[in-house]
Amino acid sequence: MESLTNRKKVVSDKPMTLWEKIYIPAIVGGMMTTMKHMLRRRKTIKYPEETRVFAPVYRGQHVLKRDEQGRENCTACGLCAVACPAEAITMTSAERVKGEEHLYREEKYASSYEINMLRCIFCGLCEEACPKEAIFLTDRIVTTEFERDEFIYAKDKLVEAMDDRIDITKRQFTGKRTDK
Amino acid sequence: MDTAMLIEKSALVLLLFLISLGVAAYQTYFERKLAAWIQDRVGPDRAGPFGILQPIADGTKMFLKEDFIPAKADKWLFIIGPGISMFTALITSSVIPWGTNLNLFGRDISLQVADFNIGILFVFGVVSIGVYGIMIGGWASNNKYSLYGAIRASSQMISYELAMGISAITIVMLTGSLSLNDIVQSQHGMNWNIFYQPLAFFIFFITSLAELNRAPFDLPECESELIGGYHTEYSSMKLGLYLFSEYTSMFVSSAIMAVLFFGGYNFPGMDAFSGNTLAILSIAAFALKIFLFIFVIMWIRWTIPRFRFDQLMHLGWKVLIPVAIVNMLITGLVVAWNQGWM
Repeated sequence: MESLTNRKKVVSDKPMTLWEKIYIPAIVGGMMTTMKHMLRRRKTIKYPEETRVFAPVYRGQHVLKRDEQGRENCTACGLCAVACPAEAITMTSAERVKGEEHLYREEKYASSYEINMLRCIFCGLCEEACPKEAIFLTDRIVTTEFERDEFIYAKDKLVEAMDDRIDITKRQFTGKRTDK
Repeated sequence: MDTAMLIEKSALVLLLFLISLGVAAYQTYFERKLAAWIQDRVGPDRAGPFGILQPIADGTKMFLKEDFIPAKADKWLFIIGPGISMFTALITSSVIPWGTNLNLFGRDISLQVADFNIGILFVFGVVSIGVYGIMIGGWASNNKYSLYGAIRASSQMISYELAMGISAITIVMLTGSLSLNDIVQSQHGMNWNIFYQPLAFFIFFITSLAELNRAPFDLPECESELIGGYHTEYSSMKLGLYLFSEYTSMFVSSAIMAVLFFGGYNFPGMDAFSGNTLAILSIAAFALKIFLFIFVIMWIRWTIPRFRFDQLMHLGWKVLIPVAIVNMLITGLVVAWNQGWM
């Protein structure tokens, strides 16, 4: 049969020659291999001191963006929750009342918005589905917790702080919307 | 024997004791580093810069562990076992000439604790007693795996000591003396025995690996079959002593191989120096040779797998002993011819 890979090797059980029987050439060959590994550069990243560089499109913890004037982008349309294959997102919507124009960009907003980080698979479909450029995945890592309910992230953790804006300029879905 | 000599020898003994233990401790560190490098890892690097405090951390851990003695074990033998191992590993270093004479406080101090006229015989005798440590430990544990390890160790010792002795006899024939000091001095000026007896060195090296219970001859303690072999039941510093004695005997065996075949403390161009400079340089040269041997022994351990027991016996009885005997006979004939006895 024609070989499919170049790793095919014919085995035989012919008796060893004297050269093979004295083992020494094989042992020396093996020692040369280990010496080669000994002199090789280590590829280990010593974690707490060094950290691995994330890819620009790394998908980590989500952020709910505000616009330039600090108003929340999210209008609680629910498309992210529909798109979510893990059903990790829940939200309730509310109507913006007079005097809240500086908080919410449009007249409908999410009064609560929760992502269950244990359900989330970080696929980024919510980000892709969002018509308002409100939700993005960032290069932040979801921290470990001791209780399961601590993984349900509400708006206090998801919405970016006014004085600590999250840079999402590397995301592939930014600036493509024309209907902002 | 005057008082000054007593002090000088006691100081040397104490120094050798401390150096042997220190070297053994850092051998564990070096072995772990080397294994890591060979396996493309980094190795211990957390305790101190580059992890150089790792042996201290390991030792502390050993002391803090529970010292457990199994209920059905023979208590006294169980305690004596590791002691014998450590004792025999340490005592061999007393006959090794560590360097040329050092001149301190107006006295010529010989860097050899005892210059026996039967140095080699003493070394072989003590090394043979070393197996009692393993044998007693394995027997006293009252555990079938320990006993298996102990039996393997003793049968391995018997098989390989013969070839080892026969290959060392050739050196005695060439030198005409059993004293290790004479053997080293006869190799002065790149007159190293390795150039005359490469085959004997080769056999001696292989049998040394077997005597040390190092891979590929580490059958007495093969973890995969015997759960640690003779020291399965040991814990705390008793286990530490067994492991330590293995490294100490590795250090001492490397020293003996350097003495017998690689000129001991001799180094090329040593006639240009004299006095204490020469002594220090000779110690450094000897240490370098020992280090290289330790490196090669560890390199071999992390390269090749363990022998099967029947292969081990085959290699010992049917290959090494005949080759060693032929080598001895040829050496004997050549020596006799040169002396004009034939």
